[in-house]
Amino acid sequence: MKNMAKKIYIALIFIFLYAPIVTLMVLSFNASKTRAKWGGFTLKWYIELFQNRDIMEALWNTLLIAVISSLVATIIGTIACVSMSTMKRKSRSVLLGITNIPMLNADIVTGISLMLLFISFGFRFGLGTILMSHITFNIPYVILSVMPRMKQLNPSTYEAALDLGASHIMAFFKVIFPDLLPGIMSGLLMAFTMSLDDFIITHFTKGAGVDTLSTKIYTEVKKGIKPEMYALSTIIFVTVLLLLFLVNMSPAGKEEKVEKTEK
Amino acid sequence: MTSKSKWLSTPYVLWSVIFIIIPLGMIFYYGLTDKTGAFTLENIAAIMTAEHAKALWLSILLSFISTVICFLLAYPLAMILANMKVSQHSFIILIFILPMWMNFLLRTLAWQTLLEKTGVINNILTFLHLPNINIINTPYAIILGMVYNFLPFMVIPLYNVLSKIDENVINAAKDLGANNIYTFFRIILPLSIPGIISGITMVFVPALTTFVISTLLGGSKILLIGNVIEQEFTQASNWHLGSGLSIVLMIFIILNMVASAVFDKDGEGAML
Repeated sequence: MKNMAKKIYIALIFIFLYAPIVTLMVLSFNASKTRAKWGGFTLKWYIELFQNRDIMEALWNTLLIAVISSLVATIIGTIACVSMSTMKRKSRSVLLGITNIPMLNADIVTGISLMLLFISFGFRFGLGTILMSHITFNIPYVILSVMPRMKQLNPSTYEAALDLGASHIMAFFKVIFPDLLPGIMSGLLMAFTMSLDDFIITHFTKGAGVDTLSTKIYTEVKKGIKPEMYALSTIIFVTVLLLLFLVNMSPAGKEEKVEKTEK
Repeated sequence: MTSKSKWLSTPYVLWSVIFIIIPLGMIFYYGLTDKTGAFTLENIAAIMTAEHAKALWLSILLSFISTVICFLLAYPLAMILANMKVSQHSFIILIFILPMWMNFLLRTLAWQTLLEKTGVINNILTFLHLPNINIINTPYAIILGMVYNFLPFMVIPLYNVLSKIDENVINAAKDLGANNIYTFFRIILPLSIPGIISGITMVFVPALTTFVISTLLGGSKILLIGNVIEQEFTQASNWHLGSGLSIVLMIFIILNMVASAVFDKDGEGAML
């Protein structure tokens, strides 16, 4: 009885979280152009999507920014973590405190502050400014997921590698990097997700004429969202779902599972 | 590792000075000066005008209610999930991050479709012969939007701390004669405070400062403090006033940071 109640509770929360997503998927097959009524099943929007140059350009911008910003943030963040572990306690906590600012600060304040920076220093608003902003808010996610792994490291293994004749770089890539990898990967995934889903900071740091999917949707809100957008987001969501499924099915994914259960 | 690796942090230190410290300084510069560049507190005092104070009060009220609802929904959920002993922790977290792969604006807009007078939910209610709900374009819809968007940020830190609690501690309490309720209030709840604090921060701050959810679900009539600031920057172009109001917002955020620093010294309740 108690177990039943628990299951119902979980189910209700999941319905709450996923109902809008199912709604969007259903709308992407709706022949009627308005959201309010069902006009029959169609695949029209999926075909028109690929002919809509504006949406394709926004999609390209979104993916480009998400890929570059998450990769750059992962590199900067991981290097920062490695060097922070050798820092004095005081300077490390100052740097970690600064790292927390973009996480704890409101997106609107972060967005505005970056916009003021770009204006005052005469940056040209466009993809470049969006990219710099995304790297800025992505780095903390990387640091926060790599840092715990860094703390678990056994420094002796690194020293052992050096004693056995490895160079610093070789010792890093052979000994430390593999241990950090799960943290780095989850940081990368988190950063990519955050970049993809960001609207507020992009809204303040984008130039006229440059759009990501989020800013494009926001300008469409008043005119009415094009159903092609529903089709596109359905494709993105299903793609991610399949990718995650494949990763979990692959042998590498299983190894990870075993490792985690053992702990 | 060697002291040589210290300089490795230079790129990040430079990056955070240029893109975190200096921009924050810019907000304080604009917020504390007027158009001629002279020092003034007017932009901050502007929060006291009727229109701004009302927006701020409404923001605080709605974000407070949303945070409480998120907490009440998330705590039992996190406890159930933590007790399920799923072999793969990342899988549970994934389920809550997954919705983020569908655009945030579209997900929020989908609630319009669900909540409309002739929308999906009301059709179901009519079918079940229950009274309809008409909350679209009201503060209730905004609360719903906030809870919907920020619930995962409450669940994940709570789940993280709850799943780390040593079962032996709970068993010890029970062996010593504590009942379930007593164990919960004396053992589980105090041990989960770091998660509670970071959950509250992760929900309250974005809810307090949002302008998107109120725009999408509140019609255009309900102004939150986020809407006011956004309009100062994008429409009115009064950056000084917008920055001054942002400083007021930051005061709330700093209060929140202080609270989390006091309760959560090791940062253990962090999101990941």
